[in-house]
Amino acid sequence: MKRPDTSGTSVILDGCAKTFDDGTRALEPIDLEIEAGETMVLLGPSGCGKTTTLRIIAGLESPDPGGRVLFGDDEVTPLPIERRNVGMVFQSYALFPNMNVEQNVAYGLKVRRLPRQQVEQRVGEMLEMMDIEALRHRQIDQLSGGQRQRVALARAIAIHPRVLLLDEPLTALDALLRERLRVDIDALLRRLGITAVYVTHDQAEAMALGDRIVVMSNGRVAQIGAPRNIYHSPANGFVADFIGTMNRLSGHARNGRLEVPGGVLPWSAERDGPVELLFRPESAQIVEPERAQLKGQVVTSFFLGDRCRLAVDGGGETHMIIETSGRHHYAPGDPIHLKLEEGEFLTLR
Amino acid sequence: MRRRTWTFYAQFAFTLLVCLFLLVPVVMSVLAGVTVNFLQGLGSGLTLQWVYEVWRLYSDTIFLSLLIAIACLATTIVIGVPAAYVLAKRGGPVARMIEETLTLPLAIPGLAIALALLITYGGIREFRASWVFILVGHVLYTLPFMIRAVMAVLSSINFRVLEEGAASLGAGFWQRFFGVIVPNCRSGILAGSLMVVTLSIGEFNITWMLHTPLTKTLPVGLADSYASMRLEIGSAYTLVFLVMILPLLVAMQVWAQPRKRRAAVAEPEADPAQSEGLTRYVAREVVRP
Repeated sequence: MKRPDTSGTSVILDGCAKTFDDGTRALEPIDLEIEAGETMVLLGPSGCGKTTTLRIIAGLESPDPGGRVLFGDDEVTPLPIERRNVGMVFQSYALFPNMNVEQNVAYGLKVRRLPRQQVEQRVGEMLEMMDIEALRHRQIDQLSGGQRQRVALARAIAIHPRVLLLDEPLTALDALLRERLRVDIDALLRRLGITAVYVTHDQAEAMALGDRIVVMSNGRVAQIGAPRNIYHSPANGFVADFIGTMNRLSGHARNGRLEVPGGVLPWSAERDGPVELLFRPESAQIVEPERAQLKGQVVTSFFLGDRCRLAVDGGGETHMIIETSGRHHYAPGDPIHLKLEEGEFLTLR
Repeated sequence: MRRRTWTFYAQFAFTLLVCLFLLVPVVMSVLAGVTVNFLQGLGSGLTLQWVYEVWRLYSDTIFLSLLIAIACLATTIVIGVPAAYVLAKRGGPVARMIEETLTLPLAIPGLAIALALLITYGGIREFRASWVFILVGHVLYTLPFMIRAVMAVLSSINFRVLEEGAASLGAGFWQRFFGVIVPNCRSGILAGSLMVVTLSIGEFNITWMLHTPLTKTLPVGLADSYASMRLEIGSAYTLVFLVMILPLLVAMQVWAQPRKRRAAVAEPEADPAQSEGLTRYVAREVVRP
């Protein structure tokens, strides 16, 4: 649902690299196309280049010569951030301590020299939308973290930005609040139909919010795709490990069978040789011994309420993580028998 | 309450003694300024005659001191705040070197600074004869205090992110500087200002070398009166100086205190007017120890 007051635009990065003054290469040349109205999440560990990418889109960093940034059909590469009309939400919120909530939200509108009446109306809308009307006259140091986050969002959206940029906006909050605000932000982005770029290192956040996710590693794009796509068919070992929990077994394909530590699986591909077997905890079924493909021993078991998470020693380099319904109790040392359905596992060569 | 031992009383007595040692001369000096004849003692009676006499003889030095202090304050704000901003923003070894260089006048005797100024610019007659010559010396001496005070605040407020926030909302450099950076440096500018004004009013070393008979400041006048007037007038002059400088010193102490208390008092409490959902998780957040 697109509302008339939004002005979302597509964002295109064309060969944008970033080398810092000290010679560090923060970002290898990256090509990225974010559609109008889309929420794109940049996901990766710290130092992967996701924040640099966001800052290049924002105009806080300029790409190395040759790189171009386009908003729709406009090239904005030479424009500083103040002339790009972006809304930005910072990890530390960057709210102005010398102003109260209302003045913070009004700041971008006042800078644009809008008539007073218009400013007041828009500020009122924003405060109502973010549910912070009661905080209107509060000073920033009188707000909780979650409230600050809402003010920061209101302030960024108030100016009708072409793109909304969010730099780890929930990282500074505690887990419970993070979950709440994540839901709120998701609803907000859907409602506004605004183009949004969201940086995070939290894969759960990325999954929940992103229309598409860009997984980054070492200044490069590791994979771009919809959350489901990335979860179920990771392009490489890094993505597989970074998104969700992934079990890895190194095995050897031989005569239509895949031999791995702890068992043997059917193998349909012709080529023989070493194979890396990957599967998600929820993909492995616990079965009776006679149907088992993999065998192991329970090392530890974590009761999570709705389910049980088991660390299983199957003879591989690392323990496998298996999930079961919480009903059956497994004690350390118990033998366990597993089966993987066809199509429930991945292989890397 | 715990029983107080003899060590407590010994320490208390010692502290009292030190305080008296420091305070008695001040009181004596002030009293001398309002006594009819100090040699005869308080018995000769109290009078404001000497204060009046000081006003008649030296009021121009008081006004000149105030003028120079205000001009010095204006100059250090205009130069010091942008300088502190640039130094804080740049960072790195060069900025640190510049900062150290600016602080150098504090380590060099005022007389030496004054002599250097005289040797270099003493030949420019108009400049040499005006109070602006003294102002230059005062600015050299007080500027580091302003810069340090503003830099201390800048380093505590993460001004880079604030500036980026303002820029993202469309603010150009000057809008950011005057609308966000300067207002958020207010406490530093205030602390620096009080420092600059008190130092400028009390400055003697540099001023004594730079002054002319027509550009005497209060401390130079003081020295003059101690040397050539009767003791009561000199003391009355000290009294006038104290009356001027003490309120500034008190203000400095009050304003220099961090204004965190207000923030600590205003807990982000759950507000009944807010939506239920918001209230609920705000309340949760507050529960954290």
